[in-house]
Amino acid sequence: MGDHSHGSPDDSGTVAKAGTGTLDKFQDPGLPPHRKRLADTDPHAEKRAERQVALLFIISIIGTLSFFIAYFVLGRPENISEIRVQNAMLGLGTTFAMLGIGIGIVHWAKTLMPDHEISEMRHEITPEADRKDAEEIINQVIEETGIKRRPLIRNTLIGAIALAPIPAIFMFRDLDRTGKNAGEMVEQLRHTMWDTDVRLTRDPSGTPIKASDVQIGSVFHVIPEGLDEAEDVLNEKAKAVVLLMRLDPDKMEISEGREDWHYQGIVAYSKICTHVGCPVALYEQQTHHLLCPCHQSTFDLTQECKVIFGPAGRALPQLPIKVDANGFLVAQSDFHEPVGPSYWERG
Amino acid sequence: MSTTTEYTPKTSTGRIAHFVDQRVGGSGIVKEFGRKIFPDHWSFMFGEVALYTFVLLLISGTFLTFFFDPSMAHVIYNGSYNPLRGIGMSAAYASTLDISFDVRGGLFMRQVHHWSAILFVAAVSVHMLRVFFTGAFRKPRELNWVVGGVLLILAMAAGFTGYSLPDDLLSGNGLRIIDGVVKSIPLVGTYISLFLFGGEFPGTLIIPRLYSLHIMIVPAIILLMVGIHLFMVVVHKHTQYPGPGRTNDNVVGFPVGPVYAAKAGGFFFIVYGIVAAISGLLTINPVWNYGPYDPSPVSAGTQPDWYIGFVDGALRLMPGVLGNFSFEWNIPFPWGVNTLSLNVLVPALIPAGIMFTIMFAWPWIESWVTKDKREHHLLDRPRNAPFRTGMGVAGVVSYCVMWAAASSDLIATHFHVSLNDVTYWLRVLFILGPILGFVVARRIALSLQRKDREIVLHGRETGVIEMSPEGAFSERHADMDVYKLHTLVNYEDRKVIPAQPNAAGHISRSEKRRGALSKFFFEDRVAPVTPSELAALKAEHGHGPAEIEGSSTESIEK
Amino acid sequence: MKALSQRRRHPLAAVALLLMGLLITGGLYMAAGSVNEAKAATGYSASDIEEGNKLFIANCATCHGLNAEGSADGPSLIGVGAAAVDFQVGTGRMPMQMQGPQAQAKPVQFDDAQISQLSAFVASLGAGPAIPSEDMLDTSHGDSAAGGTVFRVNCAMCHNAAAAGGALTRGKFAPALAGVSEKHIYEAMITGPQNMPVFNDSNITPDEKRDVITFLKEIESQGSPGGAKLGSLGPVAEGLFIWTAGLGIIIAFTIWLTSRPS
Repeated sequence: MGDHSHGSPDDSGTVAKAGTGTLDKFQDPGLPPHRKRLADTDPHAEKRAERQVALLFIISIIGTLSFFIAYFVLGRPENISEIRVQNAMLGLGTTFAMLGIGIGIVHWAKTLMPDHEISEMRHEITPEADRKDAEEIINQVIEETGIKRRPLIRNTLIGAIALAPIPAIFMFRDLDRTGKNAGEMVEQLRHTMWDTDVRLTRDPSGTPIKASDVQIGSVFHVIPEGLDEAEDVLNEKAKAVVLLMRLDPDKMEISEGREDWHYQGIVAYSKICTHVGCPVALYEQQTHHLLCPCHQSTFDLTQECKVIFGPAGRALPQLPIKVDANGFLVAQSDFHEPVGPSYWERG
Repeated sequence: MSTTTEYTPKTSTGRIAHFVDQRVGGSGIVKEFGRKIFPDHWSFMFGEVALYTFVLLLISGTFLTFFFDPSMAHVIYNGSYNPLRGIGMSAAYASTLDISFDVRGGLFMRQVHHWSAILFVAAVSVHMLRVFFTGAFRKPRELNWVVGGVLLILAMAAGFTGYSLPDDLLSGNGLRIIDGVVKSIPLVGTYISLFLFGGEFPGTLIIPRLYSLHIMIVPAIILLMVGIHLFMVVVHKHTQYPGPGRTNDNVVGFPVGPVYAAKAGGFFFIVYGIVAAISGLLTINPVWNYGPYDPSPVSAGTQPDWYIGFVDGALRLMPGVLGNFSFEWNIPFPWGVNTLSLNVLVPALIPAGIMFTIMFAWPWIESWVTKDKREHHLLDRPRNAPFRTGMGVAGVVSYCVMWAAASSDLIATHFHVSLNDVTYWLRVLFILGPILGFVVARRIALSLQRKDREIVLHGRETGVIEMSPEGAFSERHADMDVYKLHTLVNYEDRKVIPAQPNAAGHISRSEKRRGALSKFFFEDRVAPVTPSELAALKAEHGHGPAEIEGSSTESIEK
Repeated sequence: MKALSQRRRHPLAAVALLLMGLLITGGLYMAAGSVNEAKAATGYSASDIEEGNKLFIANCATCHGLNAEGSADGPSLIGVGAAAVDFQVGTGRMPMQMQGPQAQAKPVQFDDAQISQLSAFVASLGAGPAIPSEDMLDTSHGDSAAGGTVFRVNCAMCHNAAAAGGALTRGKFAPALAGVSEKHIYEAMITGPQNMPVFNDSNITPDEKRDVITFLKEIESQGSPGGAKLGSLGPVAEGLFIWTAGLGIIIAFTIWLTSRPS
């Protein structure tokens, strides 16, 4: 330690370094001899390089000017193709402006600035002695505060510091702007706008649907009637969207308790994927599969939307429907389970 | 410290420097940096690409803030894009359309911003791969590796918060996926989601909240981390590749002034030029195609930007149901039934968690296995660290499998294969790929090392074919010049270090594990040629500089 | 035979062949035009149906059955309507090249007159959707913004928001819609070819269908304001571009930048 007789003056020898102390190794031949560039020896080449650099800077000036031309001469674009032309010209003007400067400077550096590689010794990050001094200073500071000798001060300080930031966390409680308490907040995820006798209407026009409109092979994207008057339209829509299809009733496997949830083979299922909530909007009318375009969960409509492929873990919730006195499709009730992705309190 | 009484500047530069130095003291910085040496290699430039694209992001982003309205208030669009005129949408989306169609150069700036963003994360990633595969993270640079990893996460966070801001259909569905993933977190997930969106999804608050994060908090932390990162680069000095005259104690390269500064400075303009060309000619994130966010529609090919793709791909790979077994569990507790969605939770958190944990811990894992606590300033050529190269490739392969899974639908349509088959194959590859990747990459590295040995021992091929008096043909091999030879023989020779007893003479369990890992990593190795080995071989053959290939087929296996 | 093959090499042969081809296609086009007009005015004539029946038996009956009643290889065509035939045959999907996940568009196998005759025959088997009239396809009366909204809700999930196409299950796919004629888009909506659902007039009204077509034609013709579209495939194409071309250009510059000049 502290023996400066080995290695470079900067190397105290206290830090183990790689590549030292090996026996049977090739001698380092040192840096290869410097090779001169054309511009170092040939004045013509040097002049040529100089002209090239200047030319590149001039190209940059032209690029900047063409940016202005694109901006002012083309003026305000009237249609898409004019925007495309202006965008391309602004881009290319900037390209030439920037590449002219960049390539010019680098070319200058490469051909005309000195290109001798220089070797510099590395220093230790800090000498060992400094580290020792630092340790002593810190210990002395701690000693002078007396914090080790006064556990009462220490412990109350720790308590105070541990508590002080907690209000900052609780202040985020009102990130939720609904003003509901925790239970109500979670409870609202269970309910949608659907209720007894709420009409099924087309998305986005909001017109009601007759049972006779729905033929085999067709699919209706459905929202509840009155969605537009809802307080938070998008929040309600995010839970309430439904797909409406008609199947041959003989092909449907219906589980107990759901016998009257369909109307002559017309079924309604939540459009929100039970995986992470994308709209499961793809209906293959021949295979009766519903496919989610985000993560490819596939649901079989004939088996009450059971998962047959992909990452979803449970079937799409079914909306029980019937027909009202005017022949329009209406809901029998809300969904019997929460729609969309699962959450801890779903149960 | 400037000495005002003795020093009188003679040049105008000197007078300016004098003025500044007397007031703020800058000569120390100039002394430290003015002639500081930086090694020059193309693979060292990716960090600069990342830095420069970040500068571009700050410039273009500032421009965009002047026109963007981060509000989810409902407005009717009345701008100049005909296929959306008269449609109701959020103010955020409408102002994004205005930037694209009604602000001159606005579309260009938007495209510069988005292209820079995905190039930024790509440059950070490639930079990290370079650092990993060359072993630049080793002592004393472990902490800077960690800072770099944090920067990668921050870059992804910056990208994601920005991706969501236009409030278009694509990014809205992306947010919905995030909402679904957050809700799957046990105990707190539902509340995090409700707090994040200010109530139920989508609410009217998420865009302004993401906006604060995107334009203020995340960039500020990135800036701070970049500062720390660069400060540590200066403290450590840059690493360099092995070569003649380059040792662990020196740094060989060009001084900052003027050559390195000119090249690095010029490179900023080059990066901007490239981004400008791409932004002028290629559309990115055409929000006008996607339409305003509405919870009902969705577009085929809904994908996140590439850096989030691996999480999306993991979500796609995970089966939700196997036979009749669902990964969504309803667990009865005394207070009621709670739901645990392992089909969401596992792919969303585990692969990314494992990846970042191994990444952050790798410098310490490696130094623990190799018992190497020395400082390293000379890089490894990737072939000379076959174990590390193999591990790195395994990581890259598993990342790429998840990445490919995120575009499984596009793979299916573009290669005319079944979407389901693509997923099945990728599930298999997700398990086998990393193992295969490790084995193959390590074998390739070892073979390249053998090739290097071969070249050192028998000279390089000259392409000259000679015919011996007996009529046999052979290629003349020439001796390597000493400089090239030095690069090939001068590398770390890592050997198996078996488990060793501690002071009490006892071999601890962790030491046993270390020994096993060391054996696994270093059992197969190719030692560098030693001078005595080369001399012995030459003496044996007894013919000077030229070697004949026909006589050099004996095994060089160690 | 030999003489012909020799003359084929004559320099004028190509010109002659070209002229012949032009004459034939021109003639067929005129014939087809007149047939369409006739049908629009008077419906299908008995001779159309008769000719269509012959074509059907020669080209379609193998799979669809002699009386279009369907078989294991192809569905019944009774009641699918003229629009279905016009779409399937007019886009080259039928006759099918081979059994597969779905019939693919390919060069059309019949001329317009023959397609019309086939349509007439199938339409005569049972009531079904008819071929849309010109004014139902007139995009100058459509509203592209309204069409865009309908498109995003009903079509974008399969065909992509920019109509670039997308994947379905097990090798099936929804095709890109660029280059598809107004008539065929309309027919696809009313007939629901393959796995595409049927969008009957009570689901999407004829006016809304025209709006959708207007929207599609407008985004197709105007192109992207930002430059090349990269296939309108979204972030995957963008990411792929930056990782290949983008980083490729950057690396080329870094290699130049750190190399030594001669």
